[in-house]
Amino acid sequence: MRERIVLDLGKLPLHGLGTASVTWWGTLAFMLIEGTGFALAIAVYLYLMSMATAWPINTQAPDLLPGTLVTLILLASLVPNVLLSRWAEQQDLGKVRIGIVIMSLLGTVPLIVRIFEFPALKVSWDSNAYGSVVWTLLGLHTIHIITDLVDTLVLAALMFTRHGHSPRRFGDVQDNAMYWNFVVATWLPIYGCIYWLARL
Amino acid sequence: MLATPLAGCGGNWQSALDVYGTSAISLKHLIILIVAVCSAVWMLVMAALIAALWRGRDARPAPAEPGRERRLTIAVIGAVVATVLIISTFTIMSFIATRALTVAGQDDLTIRVRGLQWWWGLEYVGPDPSSRFETANEIHIPVGRNVRLKLEGVDVIHSVWVPSLAGKQDLVPGRPNELTIRAEHAGVYRGQCAEFCGMQHAHMALLVIAETQDDFDQWAAAQRQAAARPPDEETAAGLQTFLAKPCAACHTIRGTAAAGTSGPDLTHVGSRRTIAAGLFETTRGSLAAWIADPQTIKPGNNMPMVPLTPDELRAVSAYLASLK
Amino acid sequence: MNRPATTTGMRDIDIARTKLTGALAETWTTPSGFWGALATVDHKIIGRRYIFTAFVFLALGGVLAALMRIQLAQPEARLLGPDRYNQIFTMHGANMMFLFAVPVMEAVAVYLVPLMVGTRNIAFPRLNAFSYWIYLAGGMLLWTAFALDMGPDVGWFAYVPLSGPQYGAGKRADIWAQMITFTELSALAVAVELVVTIFKQRAPGMTLDRIPVFVWAMLVTSFLVIMAMPAIMIASTSLILDRLVGTHFYNPAEGGDVLLWQHLFWFFGHPEVYIIFLPAAGMVSTMIEPFARRPAFGYLGLVMALIATGILSFGLWVHHMFVAGLPRLGDSFFTASSMAIAIPAGIQIFCWIATLWDGRPVFKTPLLFIIGFIVTFVIGGLTGVMVASVPFDTQVHDTYFVVAHFHYVLIGGAVFPLLGTIHYWFPKLTGRMMSETLGRWSFWLIFIGFNATFFPMHILGLEGMPRRIYTYQPDLPWHGLNLFISLSAVILIAGFLLFFVNVIRSARSGEVAPDNPWDAPTLEWATTSPPPSYNFAMIPVVGSLHPLWSERDTLPVADGLRTDRRELIVTTLATAEPQARDASPQNSIWPLWAAIATTIMLIWSIFSPWAVVWGSIPVAVALIGWFWPKGTPEDES
Repeated sequence: MRERIVLDLGKLPLHGLGTASVTWWGTLAFMLIEGTGFALAIAVYLYLMSMATAWPINTQAPDLLPGTLVTLILLASLVPNVLLSRWAEQQDLGKVRIGIVIMSLLGTVPLIVRIFEFPALKVSWDSNAYGSVVWTLLGLHTIHIITDLVDTLVLAALMFTRHGHSPRRFGDVQDNAMYWNFVVATWLPIYGCIYWLARL
Repeated sequence: MLATPLAGCGGNWQSALDVYGTSAISLKHLIILIVAVCSAVWMLVMAALIAALWRGRDARPAPAEPGRERRLTIAVIGAVVATVLIISTFTIMSFIATRALTVAGQDDLTIRVRGLQWWWGLEYVGPDPSSRFETANEIHIPVGRNVRLKLEGVDVIHSVWVPSLAGKQDLVPGRPNELTIRAEHAGVYRGQCAEFCGMQHAHMALLVIAETQDDFDQWAAAQRQAAARPPDEETAAGLQTFLAKPCAACHTIRGTAAAGTSGPDLTHVGSRRTIAAGLFETTRGSLAAWIADPQTIKPGNNMPMVPLTPDELRAVSAYLASLK
Repeated sequence: MNRPATTTGMRDIDIARTKLTGALAETWTTPSGFWGALATVDHKIIGRRYIFTAFVFLALGGVLAALMRIQLAQPEARLLGPDRYNQIFTMHGANMMFLFAVPVMEAVAVYLVPLMVGTRNIAFPRLNAFSYWIYLAGGMLLWTAFALDMGPDVGWFAYVPLSGPQYGAGKRADIWAQMITFTELSALAVAVELVVTIFKQRAPGMTLDRIPVFVWAMLVTSFLVIMAMPAIMIASTSLILDRLVGTHFYNPAEGGDVLLWQHLFWFFGHPEVYIIFLPAAGMVSTMIEPFARRPAFGYLGLVMALIATGILSFGLWVHHMFVAGLPRLGDSFFTASSMAIAIPAGIQIFCWIATLWDGRPVFKTPLLFIIGFIVTFVIGGLTGVMVASVPFDTQVHDTYFVVAHFHYVLIGGAVFPLLGTIHYWFPKLTGRMMSETLGRWSFWLIFIGFNATFFPMHILGLEGMPRRIYTYQPDLPWHGLNLFISLSAVILIAGFLLFFVNVIRSARSGEVAPDNPWDAPTLEWATTSPPPSYNFAMIPVVGSLHPLWSERDTLPVADGLRTDRRELIVTTLATAEPQARDASPQNSIWPLWAAIATTIMLIWSIFSPWAVVWGSIPVAVALIGWFWPKGTPEDES
């Protein structure tokens, strides 16, 4: 079969940003996978809650302080995160460097507070099913914070190398910012479950 | 002694097609109806497929008929509508039959059925504590009466299934279930665990013996009794061995010091038709073989091999066989 | 297509063309040798590997099935003891579902989808390499454990409490659960790749209504994987936690629940069936066109049926739990939804028959498998309607009736199309045709052997034979049929052996295949057999659903892509308009390191929870190595 040239693609950009980037879609797909995982974990919580005669089982509701503090820090981190994403879109390397350092710090602080969240649950994972599910929910979310923090740290290092000033890297920063929004967004229903449903 | 269904009906005593229980009979009607309709559907689809392949055998290019695509569309839509109608009918039928699964009327008898690896613990719950008694692996029921089985999974999930009488129901740890059965004819019906439950899932049978009310009452009265005293010297020695060896740690024989609960109640083991959850017919010889080497006969089961001298083995099996 | 036309002598355009293909080959070709094989990210090489490995697992699973049939041929057989038999039936189910059926469908898609949508590589090719290594590691974990007599023995469904800490002694159930983690990880990775490839890498002009049905099927399947597999990941992880660190998810004594496991397992497990069946349906819709010599009837209906099946498949899981004692009203809802899924299945069947009705069938082996598929799958679908009825199910649940049912669905509904697929796309994969004579023989042996093996199982089930029993007593009237089944299985096995012989012989010395041996209408046939490393020298531009039929002599293409870096086209989701010419990553060894590090972490975590902490460090290192820019032209933007 002979080929007949009907289209010239030479003028297209060498890299797509946003919805023109496959990485963006990949990040979205992984968010869908993990979002389904979180939704199912919450469903397990609700299921076990519906089975139990008393909830929480043999303990009191968790202390509000550390969890609420984490929530506030995560919510506050959204502001620099959105700004960082905007700077990346504008391909402003100087601001992106500042922003990503700030986000590295804001990823670390909730992890430190999280250390106090586990004892605040007032139950061990091996005490009963209630303990198991709250530890799992908290652990699952903590893994997500750690994953995104590592990603942020690596990107922060990259932004200070010769590879930093590239639309590709700015795209990565944007995708990473989007993922952080997801990490914050998934925390809210988990926070509601662990701290407030147990008080109903 | 018993009018077994084996004689009359071609021989299967564990079949959803040889049915003698109220709900199994109505289930069989439903099964036959659905299978018949589905077979007709399959034949229609096959006829269409064969016709389609036959039509195209001549390799002439088909003339471009206008409206042919439209006729095809109509045919396909028609077939889909027929599918929807059949499916809806099945759904409604199934819904009605589900309600019929619950045997109507008052329960006349309640039996607590416990599923264990790999036997069935049975407790007849009477109106007062004195009328309750325990047995294992063999359920006696009066014909024509509603019998409620209260199902409890003790270790893992099991499922009680006596297809000639009723559909199955799981025994789930932590979630008590119920199943009401009713036999329309006297007979011996075999059932077996239907949910995979580990090593000896294959050897976890139970018998349901449906008999007249009089026979049942007689049987129940006998079962309520404590075990008979050993009638002779050999059986007396057997009881002594049973009590001296680890046997009594797991089994109960009412009227003796044996009061273990992790194995089946043996008070009237000699009266049961089978041992080891349907594995052998109960005879002195099969009892001896079982006690001598339970791990070869039913590998993995929870009964350990207890070393006995030949005399002890003879005595114990004679004693157990005497427990009618 | 890429060969110069020798009859008219070498022309200038051909010389330019050899330069073009030479440059592309230099950029895209995987270096030969061991290291090149380990580092490749070519979707065709990985896809072939995936398909090959999946068929090896099919053969191994078949050996297990044969052992079970020997054991069950007579009552109280002593060939296998209960312990070994329980391992074997568990291995057979787990192997066929997790190591064969799902991976093989994804494997075919890994190979074909990029070709069918006209792109040069799959999206995230390194993830693709990683997913294969992880899949291989999961399979080797399971089979090594089996060889060491540590194979799982709790059924492929691993119901608690039997698989829980109290009754599932040793590490057998953990092996099962961790094998799940491996295979689901790889399946999820492939699903993401396929979704993004189909969304964003379609050839210019391939609008949504010009996507081949197989590609649609893989899109729906990938979404099913994405939505369903997290459920089994959560289930298996919580099972490991219960077993390893003493959580109580499934312990009723401490507020856990036994049926929670069944809900989670079947919330995954039922869509799983459609994860296997939908690709097969897509294969049939695509293969039927060249053999009916007309477009598949009812494109819109076929695609909508795929989507409807995908959505409905999430509303059926309770029909696996009809006898577990859930409220009867809820059961009736699930009866209705389970029955309803027969409607999209029916739509597809009727469309295929209409296609054949209106077409002029060419009776080649792939069409034989399609016909065999329709005959058997309709039986499987109808018995599916039967077991969807709660009262009916109380008699046949967990009996051989169900064994018959799902083998009709899985072998009839998925393996028959898959075998047709192998015959059909074999020339594209290898450049050689499969033998038609051997193909026919193997079809008839498989078709007859399959039906003679599995149809009697319906009757056995109704006659009261439960599943998963390692033997039965002689006083039960089952031995005649069981012997018949075991003998019939010999025919089935002979058919499969003949198929394997055909594959091996044809791969070595089959007739050399032209680019488009079946006169098929989809893009993968526009390139050479087998395709070059870059798939298409110039990206095709698509103007219809059947690009190679609507324009028979020429292929509209686009130019303007760079040849010195791996470049492909990113297009818009709905209308496939070009948005960017983006780089596709180069070969890399890092996915292999990442897979090895992940494997160590996962296997270690069977034994110690600390593996998750310490084992994740090498994983992180490998991932950083993987993503760290290397300053290649691919990193330019």
